[in-house]
Amino acid sequence: MIETLKIEGLALQRGERILFRQLDLRAQAGEAVALVGSNGAGKTSLLRAVAGFIRPAEGRILFEDKDQAVPADDARRLGCHMLGHQDGLKTGRSARDELIFQARWTGGTAALALAAAERLGLTRLLDLEVRVLSAGQRRRLALARLIASPRPLWLLDEPLAPLDTASRALFGTLMAEHVAGGGIILAAVHDPLPIPVRTARVGAAPSGAEAVGP
Amino acid sequence: MFAALANPARFMAFSRWAAPILGVLGAGLVGYGLWLGLNAPPDYQQGETVKIMFIHVPAAWVSMMAYACLGGASFFSLVFRHALADAAARAVAPLGAIFTGIALVTGMLWGRPMWGAWWVWGDARLVSVLVLFLLFLGYMALRASIDDEAKGARAAEILALVGLINLPIIKYSVEWWNTLHQGESVMRAGGSALAPVYLTPLLLTGAGYSLAFGALWLARIRAEVWRRRATSLALRAALA
Amino acid sequence: MSVVMVLLRRELSLAWARGGGALLAVGFFVAAAVMLPLSLGPTPARLAGVSSGVTWVVLSLASLLSLDRMFERDFEDGALDLLALGPLPLEIVSAIKCFAQWTVSGAPLALAAPVVAIGLGARMTVAPMIFAAAALGGLAFAFLGGTGAALALASRRGGVLIAVVVLPLLTPPVIFGGAAIANFNEGLPWVGALSLLAAYALGCVALTPFAMAGACRNAQS
Repeated sequence: MIETLKIEGLALQRGERILFRQLDLRAQAGEAVALVGSNGAGKTSLLRAVAGFIRPAEGRILFEDKDQAVPADDARRLGCHMLGHQDGLKTGRSARDELIFQARWTGGTAALALAAAERLGLTRLLDLEVRVLSAGQRRRLALARLIASPRPLWLLDEPLAPLDTASRALFGTLMAEHVAGGGIILAAVHDPLPIPVRTARVGAAPSGAEAVGP
Repeated sequence: MFAALANPARFMAFSRWAAPILGVLGAGLVGYGLWLGLNAPPDYQQGETVKIMFIHVPAAWVSMMAYACLGGASFFSLVFRHALADAAARAVAPLGAIFTGIALVTGMLWGRPMWGAWWVWGDARLVSVLVLFLLFLGYMALRASIDDEAKGARAAEILALVGLINLPIIKYSVEWWNTLHQGESVMRAGGSALAPVYLTPLLLTGAGYSLAFGALWLARIRAEVWRRRATSLALRAALA
Repeated sequence: MSVVMVLLRRELSLAWARGGGALLAVGFFVAAAVMLPLSLGPTPARLAGVSSGVTWVVLSLASLLSLDRMFERDFEDGALDLLALGPLPLEIVSAIKCFAQWTVSGAPLALAAPVVAIGLGARMTVAPMIFAAAALGGLAFAFLGGTGAALALASRRGGVLIAVVVLPLLTPPVIFGGAAIANFNEGLPWVGALSLLAAYALGCVALTPFAMAGACRNAQS
C-alpha cells in the first residue's frame, strides 16, 4: 500500500534548536535507506517525524501508492512499523502474550506471531516473562513483530544495537527479504547494515553556518 | 483587533501604551468607586461590613473572567499554534489565582461579622470561587512541573480547556448542592435588588477591576515575551 | 478477534497487574475508612450521620490512587508509540484504557463501598444506592483521572500532580453522587441526582478521550 515515501524540504525543530533544514529524501518500494549523521543530528527525530509523532517545522512528508497519495494518517496506522530505542514490551507479561498482542494490534495473527518467533529462535523463551529476558532477547522479540504482521514501511532506530553477530546476520536476512518483497526500510544507523543500502546524510549544515557573530 | 494584535511586534507597540493607560483608568475607577462606596450609608442589616462588597464582589467577577481568558487564550494557542496566545495563557493564570485569592480572603472577612464564622459552606458563590482557585493552582502546578516548555504549554492548554468546559457544570453543581442544604445561607449580595447607592460604586469598582486586570495582564504578557526573547538570545549565544 | 478486544484484553491484564490492581485500591479504601472511627470516636450515632458521605469521598480518592501509572508505563517503555501506530486512533485507545481501569479498580470499589458504608453504620437499605453511585461515579473518576494521568505524562511528578489537577474537576460527580446517596437515605427524591451523575459520567466518557489523546500526542512529540 506504500510504494513511495517522499520527504520534501523538511525542517525539524526541537525546542529552540533547528536540527536540519531542506532535507529531501525519496524511498521506493524495494529500497533500504540508511540514515547517517553525528549524534544529535536528528536521525531519531526524522524517523519520529515520518511516524507522525513530530510535526515538521517546514516541508512535507508524503506517502504514495502507485502515483496515488495515501493519507498520512492511514499510512502510519496501517502501513508502518516503528522500532525505536525501546522495545515497547511489558516486563510483567509473558513473551508469548506480548508478541501475539503486538502482532494482532498491527494487523497480524497469532499464527504469524508464532512463526516469527520460531524464525528468530525465540520459541523456547515464549513462556517466560519479559522481565527475565536479556536485552538481546527482548530486541529479538521486538524484531519478531516486524515479520509477524506485514507492513510495508519499516522505521528502525539503531536496530542492531543490542544484537550479537549471529542475530545481526539473521536480521540482515529478514531485512533483505522485506526489501525483496517490495518493502521500504528507513533506518538510523551507526554501524553499517548487513544489506545493500542507499545512504542519506542527516544533519545541520557544517557547524557555524547558522551561528550569529564571528 | 485580535488578528492585528496577533503580530508580536504590533502587540508590543500597542501594549506599551495600552497597559499604563488601562492601569491608570482602572486605578482611578476603583478609587472613585471605593470613595463613593465607603461614603455610602451603612446597611440597615449588615452595617458598615457591607462595604467589603466593593472589594470582594468585583474580585470574584474578575476571577471568573480570568478563567474565561485563560480558556480563550489556550484555545487560540491550541488551534492556531500562536506563540503570543500561549504567552497570554501563561501570563493570566497567576493573576487569576491572585484575584480568586482576594475574593476568598475578603469573603472570609465579610463572613466573620455576618455569620460569626470565617467560612460557611452555605454560600455557593464562595465555594465556587474556592474550586476556581484550585483550578488555577492545578493549572500552574501542571505547567511548572513539566520541564519542556513547549510540552508544558500544550498540556496546560488541554487542561485549561477541560476546566473551561467543566467550570459551568461546577458552578451549577455547587449552586444545586447549596439548594439541597438550605437553611444556613442568609446572605444575598450583588443581586439586582441592590439599592442604587450601593450598585453605582459596585459597578464602578467592577469596571475598574476589569481595566486593572487588563493592564496587569498586558504587562505580564510583555514580561513573558521579553523572557522568551532573553532565553532564545542566551541559547543562541551559547551555541555560537 | 477484533482489535478492540485485543487491546481491551491487554489493558485489562495490565490494569490488573498494575500495583496489585483491585487489591490495592480496595485495600486503600478500607484502610482509609477504618481511620474514620479512629479519629471521630466510636459513637454509633455520630458515625451513622457521616458514614455514607465519608464512604463516598474516600471512594473518590481511592479511585485516583492507581491511576498514575495508567499511561506512564506505556510512555516510558515505548509501548505508547506502538499503540499510536495501530489501527485505532489514540482517542479510542485512551477510552479503552480508562474502561479497563474502571473494570479492574472502579467495579471492585463499587462492590466494596456498601460494605464499608454499612460497617461505618449506614443503614442496610442504602446499600444499592451506594453501589449504583459508586459504579457510575467510578466511570467519571476513571475518565477524568485518566485525563490527569495523560496530562502529567511529560512531567516527572506523577501521583500528587494528578490529584492536584484532577480533584477540583471531580466537584460535580462528588456532589451529584453524594446528594443521590443522602437523599435516598432520607427518603427524598434521588432520581434527579443520580441522573445528573449518570449524565456527567457519560459526558466524561464522550469528551475526555479527546483530551487524553491530545495529551499523549503532546508527550510523544
